[in-house]
Amino acid sequence: MQAFEYIRADDVASAVALVSGDLRAQYLAGGTTQVDLMLKDGVLEPKRLLDITRLPLHGITRDGDVLHVGALVTMEELATDAAIAERLPFVRDALLASASTQLRNMATIGGNILQRTRCRYFRDPAVPACNKRMPGSGCAAISGAARMHAILGASEHCIAVHASDLCVPLVALDAVVHIQGPEAGRSAPLTEFYVVPGDRPDVENVLRHGELLTAIDIPLLPPGTRSGYLKIRDRASYEFALTSAAVALDIDDGVIAHARVALGGVGTIPWRALEAEEVLRGAPVGAEVFRAAADAAVHDPFTVPGTAFKVALAKRTLVRALETVTRGSA
Amino acid sequence: MPETRRGPTTEVDLTLRVNGSSRRLRLDSRVTLLDALRDRLELTGTKKGCDQGACGACTVLADGKRVLSCLTLAAQCDGREVTTIEGLAPDGGLHPMQEAFIRHDGFQCGYCTPGQIMSAVALLAEGRAGSAEEIREFMSGNICRCGAYPNIVAAIREAAGQDAGL
Repeated sequence: MQAFEYIRADDVASAVALVSGDLRAQYLAGGTTQVDLMLKDGVLEPKRLLDITRLPLHGITRDGDVLHVGALVTMEELATDAAIAERLPFVRDALLASASTQLRNMATIGGNILQRTRCRYFRDPAVPACNKRMPGSGCAAISGAARMHAILGASEHCIAVHASDLCVPLVALDAVVHIQGPEAGRSAPLTEFYVVPGDRPDVENVLRHGELLTAIDIPLLPPGTRSGYLKIRDRASYEFALTSAAVALDIDDGVIAHARVALGGVGTIPWRALEAEEVLRGAPVGAEVFRAAADAAVHDPFTVPGTAFKVALAKRTLVRALETVTRGSA
Repeated sequence: MPETRRGPTTEVDLTLRVNGSSRRLRLDSRVTLLDALRDRLELTGTKKGCDQGACGACTVLADGKRVLSCLTLAAQCDGREVTTIEGLAPDGGLHPMQEAFIRHDGFQCGYCTPGQIMSAVALLAEGRAGSAEEIREFMSGNICRCGAYPNIVAAIREAAGQDAGL
């Protein structure tokens, strides 16, 4: 673990200027990923660490049907927000199914979006082969213990999963992130923020070095929309997902008028399942339609022996989530 | 300390406010809150288990909220109010949660116990001790390898009942 200079940021502009001007500088927020990867695993080695936790990016404000969430809002703060409970229950469920209360009190929404993979080979510098850590070095997970790895957006280059629960409903909702760069700000839909790894697994999103994620806009679901988040895992609590599904449906007289679907635990990025939404839209509520949607969602998976079980499990997870939210709707 | 030995920029000056008293410290920037508490302030009640955010043994309160001190840099706590197991009850007495853990035998080896108790105190403040099921879910960040969970839940239920009666 190398020494680093600790600096506390006073305002957004100077923070962005400092990190943008120094390739060896990184941001620090809640620290549940950053401190772990720096101090414990030795994967990240910043020379300067800019603590942004006292920047004024802490508020949750509601503007009509959009919730504007500062990047430094903690997972626990968002989980206990009244608008989330009322209009985005599946976001609340995903948050409360994440980590532990201690970690949710520390971890920020910005950090959750930007969290690094839990792939054990990425997190262990003693393993030489990791294209995400060292581009071109290979992938140890392909022939390793891959139970917690991805089947969608994956390839022989990388099967590291994006482990966020929160981001699964967020991509389904078309949430938008706000980004501050040294010259200007910009925004990007979360579905276009993440980059499927291809042969460059080290590139995880569209952020350039020094750009700061400052906020996320989360559209509220219309009143009456049924939503749910189902997480399947190896123990009942405090565990990452093997598979998960976030669904939101508007049902009119037994017919699905509108559908939002995303999968977790199976994608190299939080996985929006537009193909499943197409199957569901205009279709009657029922087991056959749900199975067709699941088949559409999990198409062309890339599997290794350790992850092969996830194809069926991900489909069943989505079917179960759809059954649960539509119960009593007919 | 001689002025010529002024620390490099990788050191941090900070004020740690722990259990009601303040201490000025100069620390290597890499020092976690856990190590600062144990090694610099000699508050060894807070335990180092996994040291990687997985077990909850290092749970303390920061500004009243439970956090993991092993994944918190001490530098980030400059000026914040930290409460450890030593600060729960005044003057060597016991907090009602500590008494409940003793009464219900909520431990075996005792290593996870300070973290369990700090977490349980926060759980009550969060209003999440309404049922055994809720307690189990919201205490899941504290691992007990001896498996004292049934007694831990019983202790928290009792303490929650007392709390509700206040």
